[in-house]
Amino acid sequence: MTSLNAPYFYKSILLPPPALSFQGVAFHHEEKTLLGPCSFTLDGPGPTLVMGPNGAGKSLLLRLAHGLLSPTQGRIIWSDEGTPRQAMVFQQPVLLRRSAVANLRHALAVNSVPRRARAKLALDALERFGLAASAHKPARVLSGGQQQRLALARAWVLSPQVLFLDEPTSALDPAAIKAVEAAVLDFHQRGTRIVMTTHDLHQARRLAGDVLFLSGGKVREHTAADAFFSKPVSREAQAFVSGELVE
Amino acid sequence: MENNAFYVALSLLLSLDASLIQIVALSLQVSLLAVLIAAVLGFPLGAAVALWRFPGRGAVVVMLNALMGLPPVVAGLMVYLLLSRAGPLGEWGLLFTPGAMVIAQVVLVLPILAALSRQKVEEMLGEYREQFVSLGMSRARMMPTLLWDARFALLTVLLAGFGRASAEVGAVMMVGGNIDGVTRVMTTAIVLETGKGNLPLALGLGIVLLTLVMLINAGAYLVGELSRRRTG
Repeated sequence: MTSLNAPYFYKSILLPPPALSFQGVAFHHEEKTLLGPCSFTLDGPGPTLVMGPNGAGKSLLLRLAHGLLSPTQGRIIWSDEGTPRQAMVFQQPVLLRRSAVANLRHALAVNSVPRRARAKLALDALERFGLAASAHKPARVLSGGQQQRLALARAWVLSPQVLFLDEPTSALDPAAIKAVEAAVLDFHQRGTRIVMTTHDLHQARRLAGDVLFLSGGKVREHTAADAFFSKPVSREAQAFVSGELVE
Repeated sequence: MENNAFYVALSLLLSLDASLIQIVALSLQVSLLAVLIAAVLGFPLGAAVALWRFPGRGAVVVMLNALMGLPPVVAGLMVYLLLSRAGPLGEWGLLFTPGAMVIAQVVLVLPILAALSRQKVEEMLGEYREQFVSLGMSRARMMPTLLWDARFALLTVLLAGFGRASAEVGAVMMVGGNIDGVTRVMTTAIVLETGKGNLPLALGLGIVLLTLVMLINAGAYLVGELSRRRTG
């Protein structure tokens, strides 16, 4: 899906990240509508935080946007030709049964980065995410926080134009959450479009440029973060922000 | 004391009796080569069945699983018919040579390696799939990654295959012929020597075979422990 022809794409990062449009996108499974139909465009600076109660369809929306699932109706359109380079960080990081650095080398290898360039890119990324000391440890014996940082480092070496994060901190302790949020902002500053789900209002306030609010499989509103937190428009979002339990 | 079969067997072993060594060496050569060939063919086959969806895939899975229990004499009969003078591969002149024994053991071991690796790879794929698709990997690119990540599990599978090959007697007996100095391996020699009443040699070979099986199982255990420590 994503092809990374040139490993040294830092130049392209200076361009604004590609915009993402959902046009009447819906997803059905066994005659049930799990999401949509919904239409919106993510073309602001972001980061975009996708919020809503459990089961609202946040993860589903992310998987459709990233191309892990295909919509059963409607179209997903990128502003660039074709699909941009993109990566995703999952709630539960999926790491290979290899060392930390070998996980990054693998990601570079499958994206056709020449062998001689891989080691340095991998070690630089580990350094940046505070994992240099664990480079040669088996990835799957690292702590939960370290594993999630490794997943972020793996996304980092691919220099994605778009990064999706699905509840990346929901299983982590406060120190690890802080590290993940700092990393998300690093990506943002490098010019990567961030689309992240969370159910944590405080986290959303810390990170969001704009908020896409879902409930019951429908997009209820898409507004700038300030406006969303001070005076949300939809009834569902009002209830959510004021801390009521939203179905 | 000297007439005790067990005592004679031990002295044969300790004196590295030439005919005993030759039989053990041929056994190891045949079974190791068979397992190597079966692995080169079977692991990618198992991974491919795990990765691709195609019509008849269910039948292939059932067939591989069923063939894991293929009776050695049936495998021997099939290879015998193929390699006999009148058979389709008769011209190769392989019948009653170690080559024929290797082929028969490949037939026995290949389904085991393919079926078990299919299982392991499929389990792992369930866990990795979304990440792989996210990385933009094709199915063909997933195969080497999965086989490498399943390496510890596959090593255990390999040992199971070697255990099966080195312990079977029916197939090598039929296609090898148990010719002294040419195709006589441990299992066929045990059958023959026991029949002749030469219990010391049979017992000596039995001890070697049993030790080998113990070593294989110890190896499998150590691999399991190592993988738990290495990969969590």
